[in-house]
Amino acid sequence: MKALRWYGRNNVRVESVPDPGIVNPHDAIVRVTSTAICGSDLHIYDGYIPSMQAGDILGHEFMGEIVEVGPEVRSLRPGDRVVVPFTISCGACFFCKNELWSLCDNTNPNAWMAEQTYGYSPAGLFGYSHAFGGYAGGQAEYVRVPFADVGPLKVPAGIPDDRLLFLTDIFPTGYMAAENAGIRPGDTVAVWGCGPVGQFAIKSAWMFGAGRVIAIDRVAERLRLAEQEGRAESINFETNRDVTGQLKQMTGGRGPDCCIDAVGMEAHGGSSLDAMYDRVKQAVRMESDRAHVLREAIQSCRKGGTVSLAGVYGGFIDKMPMGAAFNKGLTLRMGQTHVPRFLKPLLRRIEEGEIDPSFVITHRLPLDEAPAAYRMFREKDDGCIKVVLTP
Amino acid sequence: MAAADRRGPGGWLGRTSDKNVHQWERAASVAAGAALSGLALWRRGWTGVALALAGGDLLWRGLSGNCWCYRLLGVNTARTGAGRRAVMRHRESIKVEHSVTVDRPVEELYRYWRRLEHLPRFMEHLVSVHELDGHRSRWVAKAPAGRTVEWEAEIISERENELIGWRSLPGSEVATAGSVRFAPATGGRGAVVAVSLAYDPPAGPLGAAVARLLGEEPARQVADDLRRFKQVIETGEIATNEQVLSEAGAP
Repeated sequence: MKALRWYGRNNVRVESVPDPGIVNPHDAIVRVTSTAICGSDLHIYDGYIPSMQAGDILGHEFMGEIVEVGPEVRSLRPGDRVVVPFTISCGACFFCKNELWSLCDNTNPNAWMAEQTYGYSPAGLFGYSHAFGGYAGGQAEYVRVPFADVGPLKVPAGIPDDRLLFLTDIFPTGYMAAENAGIRPGDTVAVWGCGPVGQFAIKSAWMFGAGRVIAIDRVAERLRLAEQEGRAESINFETNRDVTGQLKQMTGGRGPDCCIDAVGMEAHGGSSLDAMYDRVKQAVRMESDRAHVLREAIQSCRKGGTVSLAGVYGGFIDKMPMGAAFNKGLTLRMGQTHVPRFLKPLLRRIEEGEIDPSFVITHRLPLDEAPAAYRMFREKDDGCIKVVLTP
Repeated sequence: MAAADRRGPGGWLGRTSDKNVHQWERAASVAAGAALSGLALWRRGWTGVALALAGGDLLWRGLSGNCWCYRLLGVNTARTGAGRRAVMRHRESIKVEHSVTVDRPVEELYRYWRRLEHLPRFMEHLVSVHELDGHRSRWVAKAPAGRTVEWEAEIISERENELIGWRSLPGSEVATAGSVRFAPATGGRGAVVAVSLAYDPPAGPLGAAVARLLGEEPARQVADDLRRFKQVIETGEIATNEQVLSEAGAP
């Protein structure tokens, strides 16, 4: 089969690899009909995710058709159309039973690696480095899906892939960011980052009863999408460098009640002092993550407010404004998305026409053109916001 | 709870506070740190402070050879292949303790473990265990170069749903002892399984083979074995990223 493989920093290739097969009794093989490039794939592409190996198959947003199931799979059969969560969950451990699906105890074969860095290992993920299990990803023609009864959701035939694909990650991720933000009716919600996850966080904030949503980015077409599709007010941090001051002014001196970081470890932060510091330290590998947005969100958040992190952090950050977080009594919530928890409720919203997630798609390309698509997405060329690939 | 120690001179776990940055990287860190610090003096104001902070960190990393970020990420660019092999030449007794919480009642876990023939399913270095009678058993384990080592063991203590203890029979080529304890976890959240293993390898080529039974990192080996035990019990399979079934069958 064809698959997109990682060979190093900014180096991915489409190559022919052996087809996957059933290995464990709860496995299924999915023939991919649509797959997407995620913003978090760019962290791998840029070389900031450790424990990648040359030849690893990338991709964790994919859907398709079941072509084969293992002997213990009960709820699926060949021909079923499924969306597959990017997190792999066993369904039987303490964490899965408590709906903390992305923290599953039993799906990371390389748990010892994650334990070295994090103390305990989270769930295995598709196509996201060996510390997260070393599973082959979904930017391929076929994928081996472990515990097929637990994660994947059967979806109806009438709805096109474009509307369903983002149930695998970015729609639930934006939705969980809004849920974690503890939005109460009438709250002002500030969202840093207007990439696809930020766009879904904005849409979801309204679903939780936000009174006002303010979007922060520097890319004109992304801010425009946040305004038009997301009905958000916007701050361009390149023309308006004092984001905290601007937010304070816009909220009558109080600050946003809820702050969502939909950027994560590769924040740009323009020419701010802490962003320059991060760049120097990250370049010499003394700090793994650039946390400009997190610092700004903590600084901007109103007293007693909540900061919710949806953007990925992988390692260590410096100069965390802990005093501001502590003395303002902030709540911080974060984590990889517990995708299965959100699949059915969000599918229902799609079926009822409340939201059409395809609004973020700007490019549709064949899998063969994935390397060029990565470049374009990384550079945000050609107004690129979200790329969907067809194997 | 995990502990591993190699008793005797030169215990290598004591080396964790040692250098973890390669000498070339250290030199580069010193140079870059000095340059940034110099720049900091020239660029006053907040930019200078930022440069000085970063420069100071770099200088410290270069001069000490110790990078906390590397340490927490488990990276070590100072350790060479030759150094690691040298460490393994020591043949001292190995003792490992580890525990895992499994979401099942104590009785079920005890029953599974008491059938010693189940152990190779999740203990990677074991080939087979055959129970000879109610107390004695014959163990076969993997050794380097496709060889195996064998020994006989007996159960020396047994309390239903609490404890199983075993040791190799006197006169065996391999001196080994182990125990597994079972206890209900707090709040009815399954059970805690705690394993303690000790090997006392003899001298000679066989000893070298036995010293490798538990791999270069015995604590990790036992931790991984227990993780597989939990996976087998909770999910009925062992997680793997293999793309196709290997000739040896399911993992």
